[in-house]
Amino acid sequence: MLNRVLFIVVMMFSMLLTINTAQASPVETFEFQDDVTKVRFQALSKELRCPKCQNQNLADSNSTVASALRLDLYNLLIQGRSDTEIIDLMVGRYGEFVLYRPRVSNVTYILWFGPALLIFIGMIVVIVILRKKPATNEELALNIEQQTKLKQLLADDVAVTPTSKLALNKSIKSK
Amino acid sequence: MNKIIRFLPLILVIALGVVLYRGLSLNPQDMPSALVGKAMPDFSLSTLSDANKTVTKADLSGDIVLLNVWATWCPTCKYEHPYLLELASDPKLKAQVTLYGVNYKDERIPAQQWLAHYKDPYQFSIFDDEGLLGVKLGVFGAPETFVIDHHGIIRKRFAGAIDVRVWRKEFEPLINQLILEKQQGK
Amino acid sequence: MNPQLLPELFPELGHIALVIAFAFALCLSVIPMIGVHSNQHKLMSYAKPLTSGMFIFTAISISILAYSFVIDDFSIKYIANHSNSHLPYYFKISAVWGGHEGSLLLWVFSLTAWTMAVAQFSKNVEQEFIARVLAVMGMIAVGFIAFTLLTSNPFERLWPNAPLEGRDLNPLLQDVGLIIHPPLLYLGYVGFAVAFAFAVAALMSGKMDAAWARWSRPWTVGAWMFLTLGIALGSWWAYYELGWGGWWFWDPVENASFMPWLIGTALIHSLAVTEKRGTFRNWTILLAIFAFSLSLLGTFLVRSGVITSVHSFAADPSRGVFILVLLAITVGGSLTLYAFKASNVASFSRFSLYSRETALLLCNIILVVAATTVLLGTLYPLLVDALGYGKISVGPPYFNAVFVPIMSFLFIIMGIGPLIRWKKAKKGELRKQLIKPSVFSIAFGLLFPVVYGGEFNALVAMGIILASWVFLVVVKDLLNQYQLRSTLSLSQWGMTVAHAGIAVTIVGVTLVSSYESETNVKMALHEKVEISGYQIEFNGIKHVEGPNYSAEQGQINVYKGDDFVALLQPERRAYRVQSMGMTEAGIDGGLFRDIYVALGDPLDGGAWAIRVHYKPFVRWIWLGALFMALGGILAMMDKRYRVKKQVKSSSSSKQEVKTANAKPSIQAVSELS
Repeated sequence: MLNRVLFIVVMMFSMLLTINTAQASPVETFEFQDDVTKVRFQALSKELRCPKCQNQNLADSNSTVASALRLDLYNLLIQGRSDTEIIDLMVGRYGEFVLYRPRVSNVTYILWFGPALLIFIGMIVVIVILRKKPATNEELALNIEQQTKLKQLLADDVAVTPTSKLALNKSIKSK
Repeated sequence: MNKIIRFLPLILVIALGVVLYRGLSLNPQDMPSALVGKAMPDFSLSTLSDANKTVTKADLSGDIVLLNVWATWCPTCKYEHPYLLELASDPKLKAQVTLYGVNYKDERIPAQQWLAHYKDPYQFSIFDDEGLLGVKLGVFGAPETFVIDHHGIIRKRFAGAIDVRVWRKEFEPLINQLILEKQQGK
Repeated sequence: MNPQLLPELFPELGHIALVIAFAFALCLSVIPMIGVHSNQHKLMSYAKPLTSGMFIFTAISISILAYSFVIDDFSIKYIANHSNSHLPYYFKISAVWGGHEGSLLLWVFSLTAWTMAVAQFSKNVEQEFIARVLAVMGMIAVGFIAFTLLTSNPFERLWPNAPLEGRDLNPLLQDVGLIIHPPLLYLGYVGFAVAFAFAVAALMSGKMDAAWARWSRPWTVGAWMFLTLGIALGSWWAYYELGWGGWWFWDPVENASFMPWLIGTALIHSLAVTEKRGTFRNWTILLAIFAFSLSLLGTFLVRSGVITSVHSFAADPSRGVFILVLLAITVGGSLTLYAFKASNVASFSRFSLYSRETALLLCNIILVVAATTVLLGTLYPLLVDALGYGKISVGPPYFNAVFVPIMSFLFIIMGIGPLIRWKKAKKGELRKQLIKPSVFSIAFGLLFPVVYGGEFNALVAMGIILASWVFLVVVKDLLNQYQLRSTLSLSQWGMTVAHAGIAVTIVGVTLVSSYESETNVKMALHEKVEISGYQIEFNGIKHVEGPNYSAEQGQINVYKGDDFVALLQPERRAYRVQSMGMTEAGIDGGLFRDIYVALGDPLDGGAWAIRVHYKPFVRWIWLGALFMALGGILAMMDKRYRVKKQVKSSSSSKQEVKTANAKPSIQAVSELS
């Protein structure tokens, strides 16, 4: 029994020694020559996906490949590469997967133009539904007459539930 | 016309269901390499054993190359290691193919000690402590192995440990093909 | 039987209770339906007791699981994987829903709880209709309890070789947020099953009228309210727990909860139209089906491994197939029913182009487009891969780019809806109503960035214009209603508060996105750094011991000029069992800004890498959501949903009571026109 307890205690301590900080959010202390580059770094590290992680961008991931990529991104920015060049380079190595903003291509037309198309279809649906004849003043007047009839019926102590009230409405209208 | 519209939601949902079903048999973690068919990127780094010796792409050319990415923090690499030793000592293979290592995001002394303890199958290991060569190669993690032909073009990237089954299925056919190509002077 | 074995067999009772609950669910899905079809009131009346049985035994099952967590029964595999004897007791209880199997049991429990509530609070609904509704909910329960028992049993045992210790709960989940977020979220998701059941019952019975809408509406608002709170809490939790200062990542699992919310919002408004005007019936039924279908889709996405997400449970494609089959039966079945039985009777209610009906129709269409867009973005990588075009990613840049314009369009219409009449707007009246709110919002919005930020900013201006517009319009409507009727119904208050909530959230999102700033620096002892008018001073590290972790705690002083503002204590924790590191951010929260500090790695010379965020108005995002939920509660409490009390007395007062009951109907009639 004592051996077992000792074993567990030793295991737990050895686990303590191999702490990995995979979940800790990374803080990179790169020095930038100006604010513009710093902002570009922050923006690009949010646009690029960490290739190995479960859906995290370069800024938030603490994995080994992400920290290597952040260093690489920093170097490329210091070298004066443009945003497009950097993105092309990353895609060249890791594929389109590494971009969180998919590039517009044959494959992604539906993705980028779909929403606009949906709005367009939606507007057509609205127009089609509105094509029904609008309520005229005449129809309004008829309703008032039917209302009075209904009030009378209610005052006569007829038990009315919403459903039968509607049925009543229908029967009054059809007369 | 109205009747057809009523069936539209059902039809759309059935189509979606088919896509989802198909999705179940896919593996979202599976990542093909973007570098297959491209030249091995250039680099200038020290070797693991000697901090003063610098190697570049030129030091890898001429042969058919197996480039294995490994690290001391990678448990799967330990699992793969004995088989790499086997490959490296196979005389027929040694004649045609050379095995190099990339020590990825590691520390020099522990890595040297690791190789001393578990034996070194590599011609030499490139010391990539910042991971920048790994980034150029599109490496995700360790272990990963690249097959590079004698022209310096990357022909395959395999992510995961190599054992007998994996070698026979994933590597052997390609290696044989590359040997043939080299002999035919292509 | 050896009495010493009894504690070992105790978890089996939890398993058995679940099986009994399954039996009740099976009976519930069949017997009342038979009663409806053969017109036997006795059979229909069995629905309520069967519901109680289903609920009680599910409650027993989940209670046994919770109790087993608290007493550290590691002979249960699920507990061995998600708990540890050093885990504080409140986390042991919330660990019940920390993994796939347990959270599924929570899902089932929520369903049986909602079913129970529907059975208890539906005295003013026809027995036949309620029997159908409960039966449909029983069917859903059958599917999900079967899924739990067959593929994801939380009571699976590791007996007799039980481990002495558990593998501990994931440190990221060891937080107050875990205790509340999943239950609220599930109550929301599952709550849409009620609206779904009402819709299916309506299709089956052919009763798709204003009465049905009136019965269905409070349940739907309730589910929506829980979902709003669940999503807001999740966002808030991510903000303060994960250390990156963000509050929404458009992660597939986040989207899985957002899509039902969008459709749910469209649904409550569509129900309002059907209740008041008797029109939009097919549309409302379809929305009810879609809201719940999206909840189920969410369940599928999270548990099947089909998409990659930080939130997904351990993925298992075989479970995925089961859920897909459940989805096929539920969604496919209800939509087939819809195709055949959707109302062919044109509603007698007409409306003109300039009317509230049009505004609500437009809003519904926009919300559906928004939900579809989120669905498109979430599933697109899967679609591309399935068609063999490789792997792509669709992330926040895409979603933000397409979502903001769509929502802006919605907010503009949201400003017209409350002030426009039903059926037909009076000539010139709309313009008169809208002129003051529009002028004021535009002026305020254009000036705001100049005054607050020092220079003009188009995005900020647009956001503030839209927020003021939405807010002023509902306030004006409230004032109009007060002048007209001298009283304000809870329903009116509900709408005002909820829409005001949206305005508050818009302000939060706009201002934090445009004016936040971040700085990552190496700080030595007593070094100061400046961010947005505040000075941050690093005062070293203290070592602390928690119940199941040890931590390096930074001591950070925040100053504004010469005034001391706060002491922040961000931590880097090492949890002992899972040997996982974690950051706890130090936050000085305020209504108008948050100062947010996180520790990075220790550097040489006793210096540390430190990240500081300045987040203006970030709390408005969740404050707005609280208002929305409050608005929902107010709307649900409106007296027209409350059961009318039966008074036993003389015939004359009986007459009075009857006319008193009739009065709301007359009012409802006048609302019809």
